Amino acid sequence: MIQVDNLTKRYGPVTAIHDVSFNVDKGRIVGFLGPNGAGKSTTMKILSCFMPASGGTARVAGFDVFSQSLEVRRRIGYLPENAPLYPDLSVAAYLDFVAEIKGVSRPARRGRVADVMERCFIGDMQNRLIGKLSKGYRQRVGLAQALLGDPEVLILDEPTIGLDPRQIAEIRALIRSLAGQHTVILSTHILPEVSMVCDGVVIINRGRIVAQGTESELVQQAFPTARIELRVAGAGAELAPAVGAIPGVVGVQPLAARDGGAGVLVEAARDRDVRPELVRLVTGKGWTLQELHPVGMSLEEVFIRAVAGEQESPEAVAAAVETEEAR
Amino acid sequence: MRWLPVFKKEMRLYFGSPVAYVVFTFFLVISGWFFSQIFLFYSDASMRSFMQPQFGGQNLNVVDNVMRPLFTNMSVVLLFFIPMLTMRLFAEEKKSGTMELLLTYPVRDGEVLAGKYLAALTLYLILLGLTLLYPGLVAYFTRVEWGPIMTGYLGLILTGAVFLAVGVLISSLTENQIVAGFGTFGVLLAFWVIGWGAEFAGGATRTVLQYLSIGDHLEGFTRGLIDTKDLVYYVTGVALALFFTLRSLESKRWRG
Repeated sequence: MIQVDNLTKRYGPVTAIHDVSFNVDKGRIVGFLGPNGAGKSTTMKILSCFMPASGGTARVAGFDVFSQSLEVRRRIGYLPENAPLYPDLSVAAYLDFVAEIKGVSRPARRGRVADVMERCFIGDMQNRLIGKLSKGYRQRVGLAQALLGDPEVLILDEPTIGLDPRQIAEIRALIRSLAGQHTVILSTHILPEVSMVCDGVVIINRGRIVAQGTESELVQQAFPTARIELRVAGAGAELAPAVGAIPGVVGVQPLAARDGGAGVLVEAARDRDVRPELVRLVTGKGWTLQELHPVGMSLEEVFIRAVAGEQESPEAVAAAVETEEAR
Repeated sequence: MRWLPVFKKEMRLYFGSPVAYVVFTFFLVISGWFFSQIFLFYSDASMRSFMQPQFGGQNLNVVDNVMRPLFTNMSVVLLFFIPMLTMRLFAEEKKSGTMELLLTYPVRDGEVLAGKYLAALTLYLILLGLTLLYPGLVAYFTRVEWGPIMTGYLGLILTGAVFLAVGVLISSLTENQIVAGFGTFGVLLAFWVIGWGAEFAGGATRTVLQYLSIGDHLEGFTRGLIDTKDLVYYVTGVALALFFTLRSLESKRWRG
């Protein structure tokens, strides 16, 4: 549905995005992830036909964003960064204008406007001037205008920014509900948002794509081994070598002692579950099991690695686990 | 045609904010002041010519002596007021970022321009309509010839149409409303005073300077004269300014 090939955008001497390529299949929700200034908004401005690319092509719903701009614009709903709206119009008057300009017929218009206001939870504000609304409400009015006209493709630049936690949950549920019928590309720098809402992830840094795929694919690529934290009492220095001897274990990192027991971070091959072996070891030796749990490798670590480009060392993970526990 | 939603939105913004009311109020106060002064002067002059017919004045004519100077005065006042009607049209949308949404809706640039220009023109026609009170008052007190008044209004409509088109063009070139307003005023004023140079110029230069001057073209209309030369001047003025505006909007699509 969205096909981006070798897209490049230069602003004078500055290259905002460089050779960006990715595809989004119909009905999927893809999260565009990257630090500030990575080129997320630039890519979205090109996809929405607001700005031309310096090189490469982008097609939305089969139409080229540059040469068939009007056809593309008939099929997209776009929410730009910061949701720019007309402060002197009321919410209802503004949405009526958007519905009309998107070609919603007069008899259907009232119902459609009421429908998007309800879906975005702004019905109670319909007669207020947009300029008098809080940031959260304005953001939702922006989302409502993108949904008007029932576009096939939604391009949402930071849709949940400025919302309170309850509103974020509501809007995420709303976006999630669009999957299937609509193709959505949304940018964010809130990582859990991607895990919750998106089917796929594109990570972009300094104008280049550094990783793309589903979340579990990315995690497996970045971390080929599974990690398990084990804490036992009564083992002392014996623990680490004993664990290291278990088949399937590829690495053992000692953790700082706590609660009168020793701890290790066990690295094991993904295709083999070493936990039963670990339990057997502990009970067989007569030690007391305090903790045994997998250390989840989240998108956050994938992102930090991809963006920082640094090779993650076992020591760094051990340190990360400990700071996590200190909290 | 998708110009209608843009038109309606612009009208809502004019009347939903104080812009329309402020412009209407001050234009009517100032043109009303001119009207009353010119009318008082005329009634005084006609009274004297009645008392002392030996000094002439039998040719005193209310259209020539009240409406004509009023039209000229109003056109000068418009020079100041019209930039304030047009300056926000594109500059404000660029500044606030709403242009980004507007240009990504399924609407052609020409339709956006048509909606905005027609909205400003409609507002201007309403403003002129309100000034019909003055010839109405004159007609209440004396018999008037409506022909020259109608051509005079046609002249004002055309002059305003050019002013508005120039204003729209300049607003599309900047994102700063003050620059748009002052730029428009400056360009219009330049076209207004350019005719003064004709006095000391000779030959072709003189003809060109005279032809470029906006005010000179209004002159004929106020005398009840519709000259093709003047019509062509106004129509090409509007067409040229709107054409350049369209180009400046379209350039956004390939220039970025």
